[in-house]
Amino acid sequence: MTSEQDFNARLTQVFGQIFGEGTAEPEFRRLSGGASQETWAISDGSNQAILRRAPGGQAREQSSAAIDLNQEAVLIEAAGKEGVPVPKVLHVLREEDGLGQGFFMSKVEGETIARPILRDAQFATARSALPAQCGAALAQIHAVSLDRLTSLPHSDGLQQLERYEEIYRGFDAPRPIFELAMAWLKDNAPDPIGPVLVHGDFRLGNLMVDAQGLAAVLDWELAHIGDPREDISWICVNSWRFGQTENRVGGFGDLEPLLDAYAAGSGLQLAPQDIDWWEMLGSLKWGVMCMLMYEAFRSGSDPSVERAAIGRRVSETEIDLINLLEAAHA
Amino acid sequence: MHNQPSQSELIAAVKQFIDETAKPQLQGHAAFHARVASNVLAILLRDLDARANNDADELTRLQELLDAPDVTDLETLNRSLCEAIQARELTASTPGLLGHLKATAVAQVEVDQPKYSGLRTAQSTR
Repeated sequence: MTSEQDFNARLTQVFGQIFGEGTAEPEFRRLSGGASQETWAISDGSNQAILRRAPGGQAREQSSAAIDLNQEAVLIEAAGKEGVPVPKVLHVLREEDGLGQGFFMSKVEGETIARPILRDAQFATARSALPAQCGAALAQIHAVSLDRLTSLPHSDGLQQLERYEEIYRGFDAPRPIFELAMAWLKDNAPDPIGPVLVHGDFRLGNLMVDAQGLAAVLDWELAHIGDPREDISWICVNSWRFGQTENRVGGFGDLEPLLDAYAAGSGLQLAPQDIDWWEMLGSLKWGVMCMLMYEAFRSGSDPSVERAAIGRRVSETEIDLINLLEAAHA
Repeated sequence: MHNQPSQSELIAAVKQFIDETAKPQLQGHAAFHARVASNVLAILLRDLDARANNDADELTRLQELLDAPDVTDLETLNRSLCEAIQARELTASTPGLLGHLKATAVAQVEVDQPKYSGLRTAQSTR
């Protein structure tokens, strides 16, 4: 058997175990996106599932901030118990499944791509509902008990600043705007809040949205223990408004309804200006991430034109940082 | 050296080949990379047009800001600027610093991503 036939046979077997007697031969297709994990859509016509699997089934070196897929499955279930809309975890892969590390989850219908969510008429109702829905979901995520999550990494705002500064300094490519943003962030850091479970990548692209709004919170691999304002601010970072810059939350809405719903769920009432420091940190982080992706090209590890081009997106975050610094000093 | 066709003409010709001939025949990942490649060439064309003036303007501003009229190397000046910011000798409140950084960022984004929403914001608050 080729390794591909082997993979298909094993996938079919686990699929049959999940859905029981009478499942037909399933078809599977690799979904695009999910650069760091493989995502497969599997269907036999009547039963559907999604498989999230480590690339090639191999758990990767834990050099990045990402958590492993077993932990991700635990988190999704814990968040679901708090009421967060999430897919249902159907099966966590075991050794004997022969598919490496990963898990099967239910398929949630909807759209993850920002452009249609922000522009298409069919999502008009969703857009008006999303800010409050995001606030409520974040309050539930941040309410997840940390008792069973002892192996998750911890990082608060200043620790993240330190980590990204270290990555930036490693490039030895001086960028005065990043220097000023880092100095300003250090000199104006708010006291930490929390610690709570932080999703870590809460923005369009990682949210399944249907006509009614938020259908599922996906992509938990950057989850960690930290400050609740990190999640609230990340979706406000201008890069994640996808051109609709006038709508601070994700390009679709205002921050106030998100914060009100968040307060109703969590008891913590935050003001829009409480998010400012975190939004600046978010732009800086995204800028350093773009430098990191360009570095993959420069070092030769990923010589694609796409990795080269992303180096010219660092300036987007520079202008966002300037706009935020200017607003802070207006 | 001959300059017919010029650098810009050559790049524009390749960009046209990608947009009108190659990309329509590609699918999936390859089509995506063709679109990125075309965008890269558009950046290159703008960079060729703007770099000399942008660098000269940046140099003048940096020499003034750092009181270093004799230093003519942009990288050296930018390293000095970074050190001064790190040392808090220059801060967001220092007259001229934000203005210089903004002018530099605006010029860069006009080359890199002229449709970026943050550029509109920056230009509306000039």
